[in-house]
Parts: sequence; C-alpha cells; structure tokens
Amino acid sequence: MDSWILTTITFTPLLGTIVLMLIPREKVSAIKWTALLFSLPPLALSIILWFAYDWHKGGMQFTVNAPWIRDIGVYYRMGVDGLSVPMIFLTALLTTLSIIYSWIINERPKEYFWLFLLLATGMFGVFTSLDYFLFYVFWEVGLIPMYFLIGIWGGARREYAAIKFVLYTLVGSVAMLLAILAMYFNVTDPATGRHTFDMMVIAAQKPFAHAHNIQSLIFWALFIGFAIKVPVWPFHTWLPDAHVEAPTAGSVILAGVLLKMGAYGFLRVLLPTLPWASTHYWTAIAILALISIIYGALVAMAQTDLKKLIAYSSVNHMGYVMLGIAAAVSPIAAVNLDNRAVALNGAMLQMFSHGIITGALFLLVGVIYERAHTRNLNEFGGLWARLPLFGSIFITACLASLGLPGMSGFIAELMVFLGTFKASVLFAGLGTIGIVVTAAYLLWTIQRILLGPANPKYEKLLDMDGREILVLTPLVALMLLFGLWPAPILQIINSSSVQIARLFTIGG
Amino acid sequence: MSEYAWLIPLIPFLAFVAIIFAGRRLPGHGAYVAIAGMSASLLISLVIAAGAITHGGHFEPVVRTAAWIPYGYSTLNVGFTVDALAIVMLIVVTVVALMVQVYSIGYMHGDARYPRFFAFLSMFSAAMLGLVLANNLLVIYICWELVGLCSYLLIGFWFERPTAMRAAKKAFLVTRVGDVGLFLGMLTIYMGIGSLDLQTVLSHESVSTMAKTIVSVGPWALPLAALASLGIFWGAVGKSAQFPLHVWLPDAMEGPTPVSALIHAATMVAAGVYLVARTYPLFAYSDHSISLNVVAYTGAITALMAATIGFTQYDIKRVLAYSTISQLGFMMMGLGVGGYVAGMFHLMTHAFFKANLFLGSGSVIHGTGTQDIREMGGLKKHMPRTFWTFIIATAALAGIFPLAGFWSKDEILLTAFHADKTIFYAGVIGAFMTAFYMSRLCILTFLGEPRDEHIHAHESPRVMTVPLIVLAFLAVVAGWVGLPGKNLFAEFLHTDLLHLEHHAFSLGIAAVGTAVALFGVLLAYIVYMTPASRTVAALGQISVFRFIHSLVYNKYWLDEIYGVIIIRPLFAVTRWMFAIDRWIIDGTVNAVGWLTVAISRVQGWVDKWIVDGLVNLIGIVTRGAGLILRRTQTGVAQQYAMVMLLGLLALVYFYLIRAG
Repeated sequence: MDSWILTTITFTPLLGTIVLMLIPREKVSAIKWTALLFSLPPLALSIILWFAYDWHKGGMQFTVNAPWIRDIGVYYRMGVDGLSVPMIFLTALLTTLSIIYSWIINERPKEYFWLFLLLATGMFGVFTSLDYFLFYVFWEVGLIPMYFLIGIWGGARREYAAIKFVLYTLVGSVAMLLAILAMYFNVTDPATGRHTFDMMVIAAQKPFAHAHNIQSLIFWALFIGFAIKVPVWPFHTWLPDAHVEAPTAGSVILAGVLLKMGAYGFLRVLLPTLPWASTHYWTAIAILALISIIYGALVAMAQTDLKKLIAYSSVNHMGYVMLGIAAAVSPIAAVNLDNRAVALNGAMLQMFSHGIITGALFLLVGVIYERAHTRNLNEFGGLWARLPLFGSIFITACLASLGLPGMSGFIAELMVFLGTFKASVLFAGLGTIGIVVTAAYLLWTIQRILLGPANPKYEKLLDMDGREILVLTPLVALMLLFGLWPAPILQIINSSSVQIARLFTIGG
Repeated sequence: MSEYAWLIPLIPFLAFVAIIFAGRRLPGHGAYVAIAGMSASLLISLVIAAGAITHGGHFEPVVRTAAWIPYGYSTLNVGFTVDALAIVMLIVVTVVALMVQVYSIGYMHGDARYPRFFAFLSMFSAAMLGLVLANNLLVIYICWELVGLCSYLLIGFWFERPTAMRAAKKAFLVTRVGDVGLFLGMLTIYMGIGSLDLQTVLSHESVSTMAKTIVSVGPWALPLAALASLGIFWGAVGKSAQFPLHVWLPDAMEGPTPVSALIHAATMVAAGVYLVARTYPLFAYSDHSISLNVVAYTGAITALMAATIGFTQYDIKRVLAYSTISQLGFMMMGLGVGGYVAGMFHLMTHAFFKANLFLGSGSVIHGTGTQDIREMGGLKKHMPRTFWTFIIATAALAGIFPLAGFWSKDEILLTAFHADKTIFYAGVIGAFMTAFYMSRLCILTFLGEPRDEHIHAHESPRVMTVPLIVLAFLAVVAGWVGLPGKNLFAEFLHTDLLHLEHHAFSLGIAAVGTAVALFGVLLAYIVYMTPASRTVAALGQISVFRFIHSLVYNKYWLDEIYGVIIIRPLFAVTRWMFAIDRWIIDGTVNAVGWLTVAISRVQGWVDKWIVDGLVNLIGIVTRGAGLILRRTQTGVAQQYAMVMLLGLLALVYFYLIRAG
C-alpha cells in the first residue's frame, strides 16, 4: 500500500476525466454517475489513510520517490504527514459532496463534471507532492478548472470574477515560482551533489540561512503567493467576487479547499524552509491576521448578500489560522514547545473546521437560492417556521461558525488563542473582538433569514430534499464529532505541529 | 454514587436527543421523557447529597479527570468534581428544573412547537448540570456557552414575534461580551500556571504564585490572580446580569414564563454567582483584594439600581426581572465582602422563591391573558392557590421571619456589617426597597377590586399549581438549613481551600433587616391601599418627581445610551469598512487592472504606430523608392545608352575639374 495509495488518490479523478470524454454528451445521467464513481475511491482511500497514518511515529509516510526529469533534479516525490492527511480527507469529502450536490446541473454537464474531476486531481496533488516542480504543476492545475467553473456556470458578473480570480492568483504563483527557483539554485542535494526540487531536502538545507536580505526577499515572494490564496488582508478582494459569482459547488470547493492551499503553503513551505524570516516577520503576519479577523468580521456585518457575507466571514476565519501560525513562530523565549504546538494545532484544526463549516454554509445558501431565487438578506424572514429542517441545520452551521463550544470551530479558536496569549497578550486580546463581532453578524443573519414574522412570498417553499440532506449530514456530523471529541484529528495534526514547533523552540 | 455523577447531566442530554429526533411520537409528546430524565437526575443528586451529608464535615470530594485535547506533549482535560458546592447546585437545579417542566405541561399546552420546548429545556438542564459538576475551567466555559445558547433559543422560542427574536439576540450578544472576559481570564490562568484543572488552579501553591506575579496593565500593576479573577468576574457580570451588562435580562422576559423561571431567575443567571464562588480562592488571594471589592461594589450598585427600576414597572414579569437582577446583586455583595457561604445561601433560597414567583406570574398570565398589572387587581378571589403561594414567596423574598429569604439576607447583612459598612447600608436600603416593590406588585395584582372587566380570571390547572405549592414549601423551609447556632449549610460548604470567617448571629442586625422589610411592606400598603395613594399621585405631578420617575421608568436610558455609543457607531464602522474595502482596496486592485489594460493600449499604439510603424516606414520608403526607380526600368536600349553616355560625360567632367 505504501507506494500506490497517494498516486491512486491523486490520479483516480484524472482517470475519470478520460472516461468522461468517452461518454456522449446527451447521456447526462451516465456522466453524473461516472463523476461520482471516480470521486469515491479517493474518499475511501483518504479515510484509510487517516487510520493507516502512524501518528506515534509522525513524519512523512507513504512516500514515493521516482525519477522524472533527473537532469534537473525533478522527481515524482509524494508523501503525507499530519498536516496533509486531514486536508486530503477534506478535499475528498468536499469533492464527493459537491458532485452529489451538482446533480441539479443540467447546463453542459459533461464539461462541468470533467472540470470538477480535473480540479480534484490538482487539489490532491498539492497536498501530496513533496517536489516543488510537481507541487507547482498541481497548484496551477487547481487554478484553471475553477476559472472555467466560475466563468461558465457562474452568475451575472461571472467573467469579471473569473478573470480577477485567475489573474490575482497567477500574480501570486509567479512570485512563488521565482522564489522556488531561487531556492533551487541555492541548494544542492548532498546525496547527488546536484540542485534539487525536493521539498524536504530544501527545508533541511535551509536556503539562504545566512543571507538574511535574500531570505527576506524569498520570504515575501512566497508570502504573496500564499497570502493571496488564504486570503490575507489586503489581498482578499478577489474572494467575495469569486464566491458570489461561482456556482454553489464551486464556492464549496473554493472556500473549503482552495483557501486551505494558501495556509498549507505557509505550514509546508515557509515555516520549515525559511525559519529565520518567518520569526523575523512574525509581527507583520500577526498584524495582518488580526486585521483579517476584525476587518473581515466588520465588513461581513455590512453585507446584504448572504453569499458575500459568508465570503467575508472566510476572511475573518482564515485570520485565526494566520494568527496561530504567527504565534507559533514568535521569537518570545517564554513560548515553549507546547505553546507553539497548541497554536499550530489550532491553526490546522481551523483549516479543517472552516472547510466543513463554510462548505456547509455555502451549500445551505445554494439550497435557499434554488428556492427563493434571491440571496438578499432583507427579503427573507420567518423561514424557520416554513422550513424547520433547513432552519435547524442553518442555525447549527452558523453557531459552529461563530465558535460555539461543542463544535469543531471552538476547539480550533481556543487553541489558537491559548498559543497566542503566551506570545502576545495584546494580540490575543484584540483577536477576541472578532469573537463578539462574528457572533453579532451571524446571529443577525439567522434573525434576518429565519426568525420574525413569516414572509408570505415564501409560503410555498419546500423543505430540504433527500439529496440536500445527504450532502449536509456528514458535514454537520463532523462539526459535532470533532467539537465533542477532537482527539482523533488532533493526534494526527499534533505529530506535525510538534515537528514544526521544534524548529522555533530554543533548545527544543 | 458520586462516581456516577456524570449521569446527572448525561440523562437530560439523552432526553434532549430523543425529543429532538422523535418529538411527538414520544410519550406526552416528549414532555414525559424530559420529566423522567429530570426525575432520574434529581434522584441521583439526592442520593449523592444524602451520602455527603451523612459523612458530615469530612466529606472528601470526588474528582475524575480524562485527557481531551492533546497538544505538544500535554493535554487539556475534562472531568468532574462532586463536592459540597456542586451538590448544593445539583439539588437546586434539578428541583427547580423538574418543577418547571411539570408546570410547562400545563403552560405550554397546545403550543405548535411543544416537543421542541421540552427538548430545549432538557438541553439547558444538561448544560447547567455539566457546568455545576465541571472541574475544569474549559468545561465550565463550554457549558457556560451552551446554557447561553439554550437561553437564546428559549427567549426566542416564539421567534415569529419581532420583540422575542430581538431579545434573544440581545441576550446572546450582551452575555458574549461578558464571556470574552471569562475567556481571557481563562487564558490568563493558563499563561500563569499552564493548567485549567480547578484542583491545580485553586490550590494554595497556584494561587500564591498568581498572587505574587505582578503584571503591569497600562498604568496599573496588578497581581495575575487579580487579572484572572476580574476576567472571570466580567463573565459573571454578563451572565448574572450585573451592571453594566444587565440590560439583556428584562428583555429576556419575552421568552415563555417557565423559561423565565428556570433560566432567567433560578439557575442560569445564578451561574455567575456560582462561578465566583467556585473560583473563590482566586478572588480571595488576599484579604480585601481588589477583585473582592469590585465584586462587592458592582453587586451593590446593581442591587440598588435594579430595585429602583422595579418600583416603576407595570409588566408583572419585568418587575420580577428587575427583582432578580437586584437579588443577584445581593449575592455578589455577599461574596464580595467575604461571605462565601452567605452568597451561596442566598443563591439557593432565591432560586426556590424566585422560581415560585415567576411560575406564579405565569399562572396569572395564563389566567388573565395580560401581563400589565394595571389591568389586574382582585385576583385573590379567582386564583387562590396562585395567590397564597405568591404571597409566601414574596414574604420570603422580602426577608420576613422565619421564611427562607430572611436567613440568607441576614447572613449577607451580617457579613457586610463586619467587613464594609458602606455595603451594609446599601444592603439595608436594598432590603427595604425589595419589600416595597414586591408588596406593590402583590397589591396591584391580587388585592383591591378588578380594574378591567374584560378579564375573566380563572385558576390554573393542577399540573401548574402543584409545582407552585412545592416551591412555596421550599421557600418556607429552605432557610432552615442555615439557622443560627448550628449552621449546617456553612458546615457543609466548608472547604480547606478557604479561610472563612464566621460571624455569630446578631439580634440587632436581624432586627434592622426585619424592621426595614416591614417598613417597606407598610409603606407599600399606605401608598397603594389607602387614600394616601391620591396624595402620592398628586406628588407625582411635580416636575422634579416626574423627571425622576421617567428616568427610572426608562431604566436610566441605558439601552438608549448603548445604542448611541456602541450599536450605532458599530454599524457606521461596518459601513465605512465596507466602503474602504470596495473603493480603496478593491479599487486599488481594479486600478491595477485598469492601468495594465491602459498601459497595454498605449503599448499597442506604440507597437502599431511606432515599432510596427518603423517597420512599415522602411517598407513604405523601399516601396516608394521602388516606385520611383521603377520608372527608370523602361526596357528601351537607347535610353540606357543615353544614360550611360551622360554618366560617362559626368565622370570625365568631374575628374577633369578635380585634376584641373
């Protein structure tokens, strides 16, 4: 199993795209079933991976290392650790659920599902590859299908949003590519004596360890690449536009997985490879994180479009991920290994948790938009009485999003704050402003949609159907499971956190 | 039996799960399941209490802990403790919750969401009991938030009513402002000693470490223990509706009345008081610590402020709500002056008689269909059971000998007298005011003649009046566990973590307390039942009094002040931020895009007219030259010969001139 599991997870959807091409475009049902069928093996394997990963041992497991373009040090290198295992599961789950939700897509279904499967391969590849060349290829593969998904199946301003999304992200990618090349030429693999794209070797060699100016430059180049994806304030404005215009399943993947790739980049690339610069600029990261938290919450509160509100709430929630990352690399000596690890655990759990919570919220927006044909918060009201099941699940997801204890988001935010408080009481204190404002805008949203006198316009709306219940149940179950019993995910995550934390702990 | 204390919150939680999923298919549409669960919890609590009491003062707390959140090489834990403090709360919560659930069968009869009501009540009980048993600040925080959630869901139970949904949101948000304090207090403790387990946090070593660690906060230097306890207290201020975060509680009366009785009078709002008691060693890190003074004075301000508002309200539930705020202030006062036992004692007695009063008011509302006491009057005849139980509970609250409230209020006054005279006088004034506004309420509701002939009052069904009788009984006897001489309650709550001073019963203080209470009753009788009421009404026309009345009636305009200084600025800020986002940040992005397009246009122009233009120019010139030169290519030999000849002549001429 060691050698093939990651490859199978990554390339099964790609295989699916080939099979899809062989199906005539009129056979809509066959197309949908094929897409679903090819999304299931990665899901099953990602669950197996979860249980098979030995977190006692930690480190990279299920590694593959095969020559690809040997002359320039490009290898087919794959492997997973506690950081990537939950991300792979999240990707597989959201992909499958998105495909099921997209059963209602009847406009050019063949292209739609084809792009969806291609997107899945790109996302899996980012989380599994351990070679910068491979990583970069998958990174870009994940970008282009989303461009078409927004641009073809999107809303009224879809072309503007799609182009903005692609160009913005490409700017980041270019910066990242330059940084990768600079690191490539600075490092030689001690085993072969050549330059290498091996992520682990480069991280171990610490490029530009003593050339602090260059290291700073590389740091900021990578920072831009990842920060745009997260997105960190002020690089976030592509997000509301992309979300508002994207089809429901596109929003789910965008918020659920693509944003995580940015945070993943910080944890996989920046922190282990450039520890000096990460620590040196921790205040800047923390301040941008805090701005994202508070500003994201405040701007979310000003929204009348439900989808845009949730988009801004993503800026707010991803801010906690960044705050945890910043706290973990702070130069303050009193912050010990456990404190750093708790901050990182918080950041990584928040990545997962935000994926399922926001994924659920976007699905719920889709559910209500399909019925009411509006997302304007001021046009709803009193829907809970009319749609009890939708209302209950919507409230549950909103409460999870505002960090209610008993749900996964709370544990994540708690851990981020535990870690941050030791690094900086001020930063932790400011971060709590976000807690209150987040509660305010989400409760206000609940009120405007579900509570109050019933709007007679929506008297005939039907409650959720079987397909919608099917896609939302696993997400709600996971919010509760990891909120009540977080150990199964935290043990895995912690094995990676400790490794990163050790790099930043004096005498660790 | 204490080993199985975890069953106490678990059973109501399972009832919640069952009712949420099975609902109407369950016996009694879910009500019987909820009641059965609550009875089981009550039974276990009673067995545990009996076991503890038979052990007398040597009862060893049972502590169980399990790892919950792993991080680094440590864990955050969950666990429970069964000690005296927990047992007192267990009994209070289970008894009141059971009575309220039984009562709700009658009160909520016919409601469209009847099963959901019982589900939420069960979940609330589970969270509240979990809060009581928790031995870890993190678990306390979790349950603390969950009771808040249930409160939100139950205040907004009739969510079609805009007032109810706004009240629910207000309650959640205002208490969450407090919760941030508790959260930061928790983080402070974690930073100080690296643990959240209460047996570690409250140990003598930890407390003295935190008392010795001085932290500078702006211009002040405070011990870590003070910071932590003040953070915790800020959480209690939110939950227990202390000034300045009390504004949510009166609005919370929009919820069904059983909810007001259970959550917003007897149990959840007392959780803040309980939390202060639970973490008392952190507050009492030194004698007369800053934290204790803050607690005492916040309590005093709250007690007096809420009591004055209670004078002026006409909604039966709102009068009781302000009374609750005021009594919670009393409990805080007691804790703040070192009366750990006194505060908890008052919490217990108050729970019984205040639950009784609220359920009584619910019975009145049920029987008359109104909440406005101006439309009531003379209900004594029509609702005898409700009347008598209400009167007993009122007497208990007013502190009339020998009812429950007398003993607990006396305990607070006694402690305050020895610790801080200002607090003592505030307590005495508060006791007088309590007696006055409660008597006013009883007189206007039950005595005199009916003031609205449209109301045909009727007594409530037995399922509602039996809980009233049980609670009235407790309102009489609950104080007897803390009699002078042998104070069983104080002995029971004794803990090694605290050095508690106990003051001997003072007849003088008891006499003062009783005198002011009787004076309050008498004054209310004179003002509302005798011809003097006309004089009072005339006095009320004087402008100074009118202004004072309107100030107090409008709750010191605190809601309006918050609206102006917090809510409206917040909304303005959100709009500005969004404008900044749209026009400046996204504007920059779009400007970059626009600029790129513009530059590319310029480049396109340059490319077309200059770069390509040059290329074309060369072409044009070449072509032009070709066109001109083409004319020479005539193909006529004679012409070529002529040109050659002319050229030759020119050369000859040139060289001859040069040579010459």
